[in-house]
Amino acid sequence: MKKKGKGGIPPISTASLPDVIFMILFFFMISTSMRETDILVKTQLPSASEVAKLEKKQLVSHIYIGQPVDSQQAQWGTAPQIQLNDSYQRLPDILEFVASERDKLSEADRMAMTVMIKADKSTRMGIISDVKQELRRANALKISYAASKTLAAGQ
Amino acid sequence: MAGKRQIQEINAGSMADIAFLLLIFFLVATTMNVDTGITRQLPPIPPDDMQVTEDMRVNERNLLPIFINTYDNILVAGRPTDITQLTDAVKQFVINPTNDENMPTKKNVDIEMPDGSTWTVPVSEAVVSLTSDRGTSYDIYIQVQNELTRAFSEMREDASMAKFNRSFVDLGDEERKAITDAVPQPISEAEPRNVGGN
Repeated sequence: MKKKGKGGIPPISTASLPDVIFMILFFFMISTSMRETDILVKTQLPSASEVAKLEKKQLVSHIYIGQPVDSQQAQWGTAPQIQLNDSYQRLPDILEFVASERDKLSEADRMAMTVMIKADKSTRMGIISDVKQELRRANALKISYAASKTLAAGQ
Repeated sequence: MAGKRQIQEINAGSMADIAFLLLIFFLVATTMNVDTGITRQLPPIPPDDMQVTEDMRVNERNLLPIFINTYDNILVAGRPTDITQLTDAVKQFVINPTNDENMPTKKNVDIEMPDGSTWTVPVSEAVVSLTSDRGTSYDIYIQVQNELTRAFSEMREDASMAKFNRSFVDLGDEERKAITDAVPQPISEAEPRNVGGN
């Protein structure tokens, strides 16, 4: 008796494809975190070798400083802007921003709140120290200057 | 003849599509980058009615002023310094190996060790004061902060090797605290001057 079946190469089984995709999916679910804000300023971070990782993401609030992105430049020009949450804000708004960020945290975590300043490397220190001054006034004294890690010692 | 009747298997062919859909959702909605940065503690705003008393003033020999001007030149105690020499200059100043009269004083501090003993160590009272101009670029400011951090972490590493014969990163929490007390990181970030007219 002849064996039944077509000639030629049998099709590759795709039964394990879902498993492979699920594996990639789980990798992404674990290693990433949800995007919270749309970034409206261009921030090319300065690089440094001695950076520390901020472990607890929920304790970190971000202040972005830099030139508006291209789509916003028609309205806002090219002068550096401060972005809090989802929009450009002025300096005095930082007080309120810090207060609202602090309210989101539990009582025990408030002392550990860190404000991360994500500023473009071409920014001038004037605006940064204005922001720092505002943060002192808001009593948010733990800050972190965002920088990307380089292996070499900064040179 | 037909075989035995069996319950038909559920077709799993679309499982891959579902998984792909979820995967793409997570790719779009999440970010991967971990926040890294140079952490600093800002000084609290002094109350308006505060008087500067004599013991609050930093002794002049303990102070290392670093100023970055609007052209991104670095002045360490008034002398122009290249950024590559900054770490060594800071370490030299803080450690004061020769107990120079014009360099920082040291104070013996008793630190409680995790095993219950006390460790008396001379702690340098140096303060590094970093001032910038309003026109200084943020890039050079971070580079200088980076060099300062490097100077202090190298000193901590040395202290850790001398005391525990282990690297600072391998220490336990209490030992790490002892080293941090022995080698504090006194970097003062003063408000900027405005010379450059920016």
